[in-house]
Amino acid sequence: MNPISWLHCLRGVVGRELLRFLHQRSRFLAALVRPLIWLFVFATGFRMALGVAMTAPYQTYILYEVYIVPGLVAMIQLFNGMQSSLSMVYDREMGSMRVLLVSPFPRWYLLICKLLASTLVSMVQVYVFLAIAWVYGIKAPPLGYLYILPALLMTGFMVGALGLLLSTFVRQLENFAGVMNFVIFPMFFLSSALYPLWRIREGSYLVYQIASLNPFTYAVETIRFALYERFNGEAALISVAVTLVLLALAILGYNPSRGMLARKGRGGD
Amino acid sequence: MNDVPALEVSELSFAYAGEPVLDAISLAIAAGEFAVLLGPNGAGKTTLFSLITRLHDRRRGDIRIGGHDVRRHASQAHAHIGVVFQQPTLDLDLSVAQNLAYHGALHGMGPGEARRRGARQLERVGLAEQRRTRVRRLSGGQRRRVEIARGLMHEPRLLLLDEPSVGLDIASRRELVEHAHRLCAEEGVAVLWATHLIDEVRPGDRVLILHRGRLLADDRAEALVAGLGVADLGAAFDRLTT
Repeated sequence: MNPISWLHCLRGVVGRELLRFLHQRSRFLAALVRPLIWLFVFATGFRMALGVAMTAPYQTYILYEVYIVPGLVAMIQLFNGMQSSLSMVYDREMGSMRVLLVSPFPRWYLLICKLLASTLVSMVQVYVFLAIAWVYGIKAPPLGYLYILPALLMTGFMVGALGLLLSTFVRQLENFAGVMNFVIFPMFFLSSALYPLWRIREGSYLVYQIASLNPFTYAVETIRFALYERFNGEAALISVAVTLVLLALAILGYNPSRGMLARKGRGGD
Repeated sequence: MNDVPALEVSELSFAYAGEPVLDAISLAIAAGEFAVLLGPNGAGKTTLFSLITRLHDRRRGDIRIGGHDVRRHASQAHAHIGVVFQQPTLDLDLSVAQNLAYHGALHGMGPGEARRRGARQLERVGLAEQRRTRVRRLSGGQRRRVEIARGLMHEPRLLLLDEPSVGLDIASRRELVEHAHRLCAEEGVAVLWATHLIDEVRPGDRVLILHRGRLLADDRAEALVAGLGVADLGAAFDRLTT
C-alpha cells in the first residue's frame, strides 16, 4: 500500500458520504430545520426573559439569539455525529459496514476516514446554518468563520467518536433511539450551549457542576471563542483530550479480537 | 505460487456464549476450485465467513488466504478476498459505477483504475449498459451480479459468496451459479459458495457439508453419493445430518 492509495481510500470514503448526503435531501432539511427552530422560535421567545451580560468572548451586551448560535452549531454536529453512528448500526445490519471493514487498510484508518467524512458533512450543514443566521442579522467577524474550521473539525470528531463507541454497544436500531435520548439531550441541555455557565450556577449549583464536567461544554466554548476570533486554550485542550480518548476507545471497540464487536451478534466467547 | 491454497483453514473452533458454533474445522481450497459449503441455516456458514474476513476473530485455529495468515498479515490477506455478503450491501441511491468506485477506493485504487477494472467486471457479468443506473432500479439478480463484479475488481484469489441466491428467481439463480463456475475455470479464482439449497450443487462440484458447526463431509458430489450408497445428494445430506 503506497501513500497515494491511502489517499484514494480517504477520498472514496469521504466521496461516498457526501454523495449519500446529497441524495438524502430530507436529512439535510431536518438537520437545518432543527437549529433554525431553536434560533427563530425558542431564542426569540427567550430574548425578553434572558439578557446575556457582557462576558468573554463578547465585547458588548448581546441578545440571547447571538449567544445561542455557537451552541446550535455544536448541536448540528452532535445530531449529525449521532446520526452517522446510527447509520453504523443500520449499516452493520445491512452489511455495508462490512464492506468497509473488509478493506485491506487498517481498521483504525478506515474508522478515521469514516469520522472525517461525517464531520465534513456536518461542516457543510453548519456553514449553511451560519449563512442563514447571518442573513437574519446574527453576524460574527468575517475571520471568525474561518477560525471555527479547526474547532468544527475537532467537535465533529468528538461526537462522531462518541457515536462510534456507542454503536459498538448497541445491537439494534431500536435500542439506539433510547441511547439518543440518554446521550444527546443530556449532553446538549447540561452544557453551556443554551445558557452561560455563570447563569446556570445562579440557578442550580449541581447542574452547574455537571455542565462543567460535560465535555460538550468545552466544544461549544471552543467554537464560541473561535467565532469571535478568540482562542480559549482551556476549552480547546480539554476538547482535544476528550476527543483523543473517545477516538482510542472507539477504535478499540472495533478491534476484531479485543473489542465489543466480538461480543455481539455471533461474536465472542 | 499456484500450489499455495487460496484458502486454508485449520482446526478452526469458535464458541459463542459457551456454545460451540464451529468445532475444529479444517479445509483447503485450491486456486481455481469451486467448492460448495452446504449446510442448513444456523450450521455456522456465516460465522465461518465472518472469521475468514476477520469481522471478528476470537477463535482458535488458523486461517490463511493465499498463504497469508489473516491475523498476522490482515492487510495482505484482505487484499486477496472478494466477498458477496448474505445481506445486500450496495448503496441503493448511488449508481452502479459509484458503488464500484467506492469499492475500488477501499482497495487503494485511483478513479481511473477503478473505472477500468469496474467496466471490465461489469462486462463480464453482462451489465456494462447499466453503469450509470441507480442500483435501486436494478433487479435482485442484477444487484447480485454487481456485487460479484465488485468483489472481483481487486482480482482476489478467493471469492466468498454467502447464500448469494437468496431471494432470486430460478433463472437468476442458475445464471449466478454458472457465472461463478466460469470464474473458476477462466480466471483461476477459488470460489467458496455457501448455500442451504441442494439444487445449487452441480455434478463434479466439491461439496463441504457443515452441520452444527462440524464438517461432516468433504468430497465430490458423486463420490459422496456413491460412498454412502444413496440415490442422490439430498439423501446423502439427510443421512449425514440425522
